[in-house]
Amino acid sequence: MSETVKRTEEVGVGAPPGPVPGKGPWADLTRLGRTFAQQREATVFVVAVLLVIYFGFISSAHSNFFIRQDLINITQIMAPIAIIACGEVLLLISGEIDLSPGFVFLFAPYLMHYLVDFYGVPAVPAVLIALLFGLVVGAINGFFTVTVGVPSFITTFATAFILYGLTLYTSHAEPSVPPASVHGWIQGWFGELSWSELIMTVVIVAIFHVLLTRTRWGLHTIATGGNQLGASEAGVNVARIKYGNFMMTSLLGAVTGLMVAFQLNTIDAAAGGFQPMFYAVTAAVIGGTAMLGGSGTVLGAFLGSIVLALLLDGFQLIGISGTIINTIFGAAVLVAMVVNVQLARVRAAGRA
Amino acid sequence: MTTQAPEDQASRPASAGDVLRVEHIAKRFGAVTALVDLNLRLARGEVLGLLGDNGAGKSTLLKILCGFQPPDSGRILLDGQEIHLRSVDHARSLGIDVVYQDLALIDQLSVYHNMFLNREQLRGGLLNNRAMRRVARQRLDDLGIGLKSVDSPVARLSGGQRQAIAVARAVYSDAKILLLDEPLAAMGAKEAALILDLVRDLKRKGDVSIIIIAHNYGQVLEIADRVNLLQHGMITLDKPAKDTSVQELNDIVVAEYRRALEERRRSA
Repeated sequence: MSETVKRTEEVGVGAPPGPVPGKGPWADLTRLGRTFAQQREATVFVVAVLLVIYFGFISSAHSNFFIRQDLINITQIMAPIAIIACGEVLLLISGEIDLSPGFVFLFAPYLMHYLVDFYGVPAVPAVLIALLFGLVVGAINGFFTVTVGVPSFITTFATAFILYGLTLYTSHAEPSVPPASVHGWIQGWFGELSWSELIMTVVIVAIFHVLLTRTRWGLHTIATGGNQLGASEAGVNVARIKYGNFMMTSLLGAVTGLMVAFQLNTIDAAAGGFQPMFYAVTAAVIGGTAMLGGSGTVLGAFLGSIVLALLLDGFQLIGISGTIINTIFGAAVLVAMVVNVQLARVRAAGRA
Repeated sequence: MTTQAPEDQASRPASAGDVLRVEHIAKRFGAVTALVDLNLRLARGEVLGLLGDNGAGKSTLLKILCGFQPPDSGRILLDGQEIHLRSVDHARSLGIDVVYQDLALIDQLSVYHNMFLNREQLRGGLLNNRAMRRVARQRLDDLGIGLKSVDSPVARLSGGQRQAIAVARAVYSDAKILLLDEPLAAMGAKEAALILDLVRDLKRKGDVSIIIIAHNYGQVLEIADRVNLLQHGMITLDKPAKDTSVQELNDIVVAEYRRALEERRRSA
């Protein structure tokens, strides 16, 4: 059909075919390099590698960088950021944000402690109820944002303070310890053992990566944030997607709170708060998630949280004093993001 | 106030070939009468051009036909059976599908994900991207929409390509009746040609009946079998496309403007 042929010419999309790839190991490497450069996470990966090179080989702290204790330290900084970021990525992609997971993080371990020590609930149900509590907070965030129509920034700001007050009031702002009955395998596997946080993080990141890229849920999440009206026109249940993403984010807040309490063997009223959430959102954005919705990757956020952890750990190693470290960290985040954006521009130019 | 009586719309016998009939539909919004006493029929496999100026009632009719809002009175018959559309989903389940110009697609998703949005093919609970990619490719080729890649996000496509994909998606949603809302608005000649070709191909296949809602007469006359002119909430002209012309349609609308102007002057 000649019409078809003509139309094909007119509407052709995609890059013009590049030079014909040659043979041999060199060409294989080039091809590999090109495949890598096409991944959206490539630029933040490069930033992370640059940081490892700097702190591991160049800076004054290089002799302390690749030792076991420091690597564990990095994973312990990275894990809460990366886990909460998994939820924030999905929420940001679907066009919402959650400011409250750090306060679910704060309250969940106290709840477990109250249940076991004051109400005699066995360890496993107590942990499960603390996690369930996360889901309930997420559902409340969803209710006020999706059903009532309050912007998520306000809804979750409010829940954050409600939870904060609740925690301080019930705990009298006193620190506590994980109850005796969770000592052992629960506490060990879910935070206390050296690499347990890394393993949890990798498993959760893998699950959310698959959820976002390989399931209907992920596709509908992108559709919801990309074009909410169009998505609902196509029959996507936009409300359900948002509720679900709120619930998962709060659940991850609870998971992280318990994990950190297990790791430190402390339940602390000064833990959590806005900081882990802001780290997580920053990691997501450094990793390529759009704050206005519609696109983002879990792997990028994971790499973003590694970048943040490398910076926080590296500056400590170098011995920057506690009072100025925030300033240096803020400036470094800005530089990392600028480098990332510039690399992305090069990448886009290479593709065109 | 009507000069051109609609061509014996009501007296025409209910043809067995009519997939859709709209009888005596009226719709008011407070003091504004959007549709007065509207009669319309769509034969199986037919392409009907529904023309009219801004404010003539085109979008009101569209919203009624796609189940977005009910009419105040009158009835709608699908294959001779009276139907009461409860919602857009309900209309869609009956095979009435609307393709909106801008709303349809998700920029960030690939062509094939857009085509399968909410009708995804799964394998073991996960997206079967390979199958969807292959079927999307096949469908686009069948419809004569030549895209080099079904993997690129639709954001990178032109207006015409996007519209074509939206139409393709609707065609494969078991739609019996497609309502194309201003499919050619804000489109260049080449772009428009793509959509016109696509509609022509669909017409040749004959599985789907199409109403094209537009205000550009020339392009619609090229592909429509029949045109209806909508003015002041009623059909004021119903003719086979070959028996009318841009000139005639223009004259009617210009006469309408003149009358409106005179009325204004008189009342001033």
